[in-house]
Amino acid sequence: MPFIPHTEDELRAMLAVIGVDGVEALFDEIPADLKAGEMAALPAGVGEAALSRLMSVRAQQDSGALCFIGAGAYQHHIPAVVWDIASRGEYYTAYTPYQAEASQGTLQLLYEYQTMIAGLMDMEVANASLYDGASSLAEEVLMAVRANRATKSRRILMPRTVHPNYHKVVDTIVRHQGITVEVRDYQGDSACIEVAEWQDEAGDLAAVVIPFPNFFGALEDVDALVNWAHARRALVIAVVNPLAMSLLKPPGQWGDNGADIVCGEGQPLGIPLSSGGPYFGFMCCRQALVRQMPGRIAGQTVDLEGRTGYTLTLQAREQHIRRSKATSNICTNQGLMVTTATIYMALQGHAGLQSIAAACHANTRALLAQLSAIEGVRAVFTGPYFHEVVICLPVPATEVLAGLAAQGVLGGYDLRSDYPELGNAMLVCATEICSSADLDTYAQALQRVLQAHPALSS
Amino acid sequence: MNKVPSGLKYSKTHEWVEAQGDGTVRVGISDHAQELLGDMVFVELPEVGSKVSAGEECAVVESVKAASDVYSPVSGEVVAVNESLVDNPEKVNQAPYGDGWLMTVRLTQPDELAALMDADNYSALVEAEAH
Repeated sequence: MPFIPHTEDELRAMLAVIGVDGVEALFDEIPADLKAGEMAALPAGVGEAALSRLMSVRAQQDSGALCFIGAGAYQHHIPAVVWDIASRGEYYTAYTPYQAEASQGTLQLLYEYQTMIAGLMDMEVANASLYDGASSLAEEVLMAVRANRATKSRRILMPRTVHPNYHKVVDTIVRHQGITVEVRDYQGDSACIEVAEWQDEAGDLAAVVIPFPNFFGALEDVDALVNWAHARRALVIAVVNPLAMSLLKPPGQWGDNGADIVCGEGQPLGIPLSSGGPYFGFMCCRQALVRQMPGRIAGQTVDLEGRTGYTLTLQAREQHIRRSKATSNICTNQGLMVTTATIYMALQGHAGLQSIAAACHANTRALLAQLSAIEGVRAVFTGPYFHEVVICLPVPATEVLAGLAAQGVLGGYDLRSDYPELGNAMLVCATEICSSADLDTYAQALQRVLQAHPALSS
Repeated sequence: MNKVPSGLKYSKTHEWVEAQGDGTVRVGISDHAQELLGDMVFVELPEVGSKVSAGEECAVVESVKAASDVYSPVSGEVVAVNESLVDNPEKVNQAPYGDGWLMTVRLTQPDELAALMDADNYSALVEAEAH
């Protein structure tokens, strides 16, 4: 193994100093029956050249196709300068910031990231990130139950229009902690929650989850929902798309008092799709709730000589100090992803994010217009949306998507398994990277698929 | 040298109790405890009206280096908490037996007071812990 720095001679010398015969003897505390042994089921290792070839082949699998899939992860243009800076050794391999004296660069970056994301959401404080949007939502559910001293309830209301994967992750994490998540359905035409439907809701709630935009791309009536929740002394958990917040009303401005806790998936901010990850989850909250917020928080302070410095702060929330009473067992953040997002946000600025968001929306509107001009294709919902929309097809979406993929178009996300009541429906998304030629390509490809379909060509 | 006022009762977990003469007691942490914990930055107090049980956690004191549970030395109902600690947690360090008090409890089992230590026994406990 060429990358281990110790030679055989050095190993022997070290073992001699501590009086041990071999490295194996250092693990003698582990019972023999618990040792992993040979691991014969693993294939033999391959060298770097063979591995590089294998990875190249795998990377080719999705390349070249036009992507119109959204559903929680979005293909945006990432300016070259973003990863040029993020790939610098000082950022790329900088390790944990627990020693403030050795991590001022990292800590300053985290502080700036927190400032930017809090500003984008118009919230008072932010943490240094969590693993992804879904687990951030689960953490916020736990936080709301801890923090809501008014109702002391362990019930959460969550619309069915929150991302299906987020529902599953939240269920996995909170199911055995005595917390009940009650799902509420959307209204047929608007794809949104109708607050009037909730007037008969009985019982106390810890929190209400509000997605914006929701999984269908539709825009919930956030002001009405926030005011409804606050009147019931429930906290408001907002789940948002960060790019959309540059254009739409950010959660800090919802209703009369704003959302209490905000989370979401940070991938749109300069992170490539990468077959599903790594991404990062952002989290913000009101100042009054900060001691219940999990995750790392970087703070700004002064040193003994009065110079500005940065450090991890409010660490008594965290498990290395608070142990079983900690706000969470998380003791890390998505450092590299957050570095990338901070560079991306700094580069684009608020105005840049707005114009990207506007371009996404314009392209989705154009795509919807072109597709619904095709016989048998129509929009499923009326009402406002952001950069994603649900269309209904005359034949099952799986078959259409297969036909489109064969023509190099990844057409969208099949909704049948999560929302069977929508039938032959799929979720389509067009971001700022789509040209009008791309939209034409999609429309023509779809036309061909439908014309060739046995159920339709009679 | 830690202060151990003679008129108070003490628990093994370093809380003090002062009878108010009307069926309630005032509770706080001892000088020994505040010195061990360091500079206080935050105190999480129970809600007025909540019930506490002897030996169970009722509050949290957070210093720069640790967050420690405070155990109620008595059983009863919390009738008052020291709200001034929200903005001035350092009072716990500066005046642990005075302005740094944590809560007032209406006793439901007054006999519990007899089980607590007096000043001499508590001083002995602190001495013993030092070794």
